[in-house]
Amino acid sequence: MGATVTTANSEEKTWGGGNQPFGADYGKLMMWFFIVSDALTFSGFLAAYGFSRFKFIETWPLADEVFTHFPFMHGVSAPMYYVALMTFILIFSSVTMVLAVDAGHQLKQSKVAFYMFLTIIGGLIFVGSQAWEWKNFIHGEYGAVETKGGSLLQFVDNTGKRVKLEDFAATLPEEREQLERNKGRWFMDEPTLPTYSVEEVQAGFKAHPEILVRTETIYEDDAAAKKDTKVDHALSTHKHKTILTRAESEIRMQNAHIVVEGANLKRNEYGSKLFADFFFFITGFHGFHVFSGVIINVIIFFNVLLGTYEKRRSYEMVEKVGLYWHFVDLVWVFVFTFFYLV
Amino acid sequence: MSHEYVSNTKRIWVVFGILSVVTTVEVFLGIDKPAVLHLNNFLSMNLLNWIFIGLTIFKAYYIVWAFMHMEGEKASLRWAVVAPVIFLVLYLLFILLVEADYVFEVFKNSTIKWNF
Repeated sequence: MGATVTTANSEEKTWGGGNQPFGADYGKLMMWFFIVSDALTFSGFLAAYGFSRFKFIETWPLADEVFTHFPFMHGVSAPMYYVALMTFILIFSSVTMVLAVDAGHQLKQSKVAFYMFLTIIGGLIFVGSQAWEWKNFIHGEYGAVETKGGSLLQFVDNTGKRVKLEDFAATLPEEREQLERNKGRWFMDEPTLPTYSVEEVQAGFKAHPEILVRTETIYEDDAAAKKDTKVDHALSTHKHKTILTRAESEIRMQNAHIVVEGANLKRNEYGSKLFADFFFFITGFHGFHVFSGVIINVIIFFNVLLGTYEKRRSYEMVEKVGLYWHFVDLVWVFVFTFFYLV
Repeated sequence: MSHEYVSNTKRIWVVFGILSVVTTVEVFLGIDKPAVLHLNNFLSMNLLNWIFIGLTIFKAYYIVWAFMHMEGEKASLRWAVVAPVIFLVLYLLFILLVEADYVFEVFKNSTIKWNF
């Protein structure tokens, strides 16, 4: 692979070939330009997320209510801690990567291999953490109801605390069988049925007078909003979701149409339908990058062990995959900000 | 190698320290949400969000300059990579966010109820 390391000297003859106007080898330069185009792809996704968010600025889900899970801490609301941990893991794997590149410049084979190994482990832990995050997101926690008009109703008790469907939904003597392909024609099936039917949630809601409906709308604590008699002003707080009065809650519940549990590409229990789509797409695309990064790192790791770069007297390949790996970290820094913080 | 490489493990750990501290500050602000920052707006976004974006760009600078070793590259390469990204991202964001705000207004003031 003579092309990867240009040794031809040429201070003169700018157009004669064999020289490096940018002071970087062909492969490294192309990695940089690949990163530019990939950065623009991710910017496109995040900008589209921003578009949808500004479009639904009054109803967009609040991230610190959605991502509240931490391993081995059930029922404890721990917003942000888990993603912060993931961020640290990824930053640290970036550090080990740059240490591997550094060792490569000093032609220390075993050191490069060791740091590459740590980087791979860090990458795998990150992908695993993301899988766990997805599991919680898809599974959901509280459940909600979608109205005929397409808006989402969540439930709180008379102190404003979120209530799960299972805590109040009634059990009615009804039988609803899941339609599967083997029960109808080959093309006939339906998505997994929710645990409770709309009637069960409505009946449970009637039987529990302390339950209130929480809408997607973010509450504004100003004089104009105070006049709204449909809103429970004692429970609703500024910049949080609006909680309705019992009377208005009952009216809204008559329009209940679908029980929503967890998240899929069509609807989710957190609020705006686009929220889950963007979550799956952006973190999924990033996770795919991390995964391919791990694979590439494994290949380079074995090349280091086999002494390929030792024979070449240049560890530039480590530097190139290093660039990609840092880029993945860089993207995560932005995803972290725009999905979890802002 | 066209330029002499100087080993710099100390700087790597310093940058790691900076990135960790900034992330910790971000998480702290994200959980605490100080009212002064959260409730005051600048250019139709609250100050807290502006701080998050500022800190993110600060972190991005250190990742690209120190970890990706941009500081050791020629100025022409630096500009060739960074300038198109900054320009195109700002352009895209300007168009999309302004347009999104317009669409929001249209929905908000329309006579048709679309989400109820």
